[in-house]
Amino acid sequence: MQMVRMELSGTSQDIVSARELGIVACTRCNKPAPMGTELCSRCGSKLVSRDRMSLQRVWAFWTVGLMCYIPANTYPMLKTRTLFQVEESTIIGGAVELAQYGNWGIALIILFASVAIPLAKFMAVAFLAISVKRRSVTSQRQRYYLYEVVEYIGRWSMIDIFVVAILSSLVQLKTLAAINPGTASIFFALSVIFTMLAAQAFDTRMIWDAQTKDEGLKTND
Amino acid sequence: MDRPDTPLAELPMDELIVCPQCDAVYRLRRPAHGERASCERCHTALITPRRNAGLQIIAVAVAVMVLIIGAAVFPFLTIDAAGASNAVSVLDAALAFSGGPMILLSLATAALIFFIPLLRVLLTLYVLIPVVLDRPPARHAVAAFRLSEELRPWSMAEVFAIGCAVALVKVADLADVGFGPAFYMFGALVILVIAQDRFLCKWSVWNSLEHPKTS
Repeated sequence: MQMVRMELSGTSQDIVSARELGIVACTRCNKPAPMGTELCSRCGSKLVSRDRMSLQRVWAFWTVGLMCYIPANTYPMLKTRTLFQVEESTIIGGAVELAQYGNWGIALIILFASVAIPLAKFMAVAFLAISVKRRSVTSQRQRYYLYEVVEYIGRWSMIDIFVVAILSSLVQLKTLAAINPGTASIFFALSVIFTMLAAQAFDTRMIWDAQTKDEGLKTND
Repeated sequence: MDRPDTPLAELPMDELIVCPQCDAVYRLRRPAHGERASCERCHTALITPRRNAGLQIIAVAVAVMVLIIGAAVFPFLTIDAAGASNAVSVLDAALAFSGGPMILLSLATAALIFFIPLLRVLLTLYVLIPVVLDRPPARHAVAAFRLSEELRPWSMAEVFAIGCAVALVKVADLADVGFGPAFYMFGALVILVIAQDRFLCKWSVWNSLEHPKTS
């Protein structure tokens, strides 16, 4: 597939942001409009040049997500009933148990997917939200790349909940064995949903604003 | 028409395109079929037209619709252990959370893996069929397409499909697990959903909704 570069006003160095030209663009359908326009004439979305409330919403969703993540780890995720015993296991407990039986590979995968990735997402969103307020040593492109990764991974974290749902409906073998979802599942789902909302609330255009400001400072010095 | 030296600030609005992710402004230049125009700064794809994309998307959307409905009704996994057996469909899995507040999780799961994907397919068909047939856009097509785009991250049929594979690995030690017809439907669904996202050029759809061809 061939790449076409959009034509710039001059060389590729002087990218101008719509805000500097007095233009507000629709983030849903890309249509530009003069600054001050309230609704997009094409798709009817609300137009804001920079979402001032963006960071507040990011932090609000982020906090709720983090709060839900704690009970998601302390309560049991699965209740397994076999012939002679009932067992309740948390996410980490389940992984540790697998490791004790020698399933190191699967245990590590579970720890990575259900513990390391959610924690990394919280840190990444917090880092992005802080970095647009302060000057960051990480380049704009790297931070935007980080955002894309967080946004892409977000929905895939629901996989834990779906696995619990599949296991609980599938393993219902009368007296022999049964798996039921534990309380943690609802908190884990809420945590994933609120982290997704936090990532969506983040206005990515702010990452690139900082760049323009930094360059201005450099030339002034 | 072609004035490559005009500064961006003096160009009329409809000759500009703005990157939704980083706010960079460019002169609008329509790429040819099969080419893609992307933002220089953040590499977000801006315009990705394809020949017959509309027809392809409609074909894929119909296939996805059939697969989603089929996958919901037929069992996708069967289990067999020491005489006891069980077969589950997608809706069974969604309704696995029961009792008290867990019912909310059941509703959310059913929405994420069945109702939202289905709704998105229906909205896509509703918006694109008139456009492809060169008819004026359907009533409320703009709102329909916007809703479809807003629901995009919440449509998780393909995440569920990978979840099936994970669940399979987990119970394979405990019991004999077999695939039902819906399992293969989900496999196909994953590929089709990815294809649909690749074919769809949002800019072209918005543009044709705004400037419908009058025939």
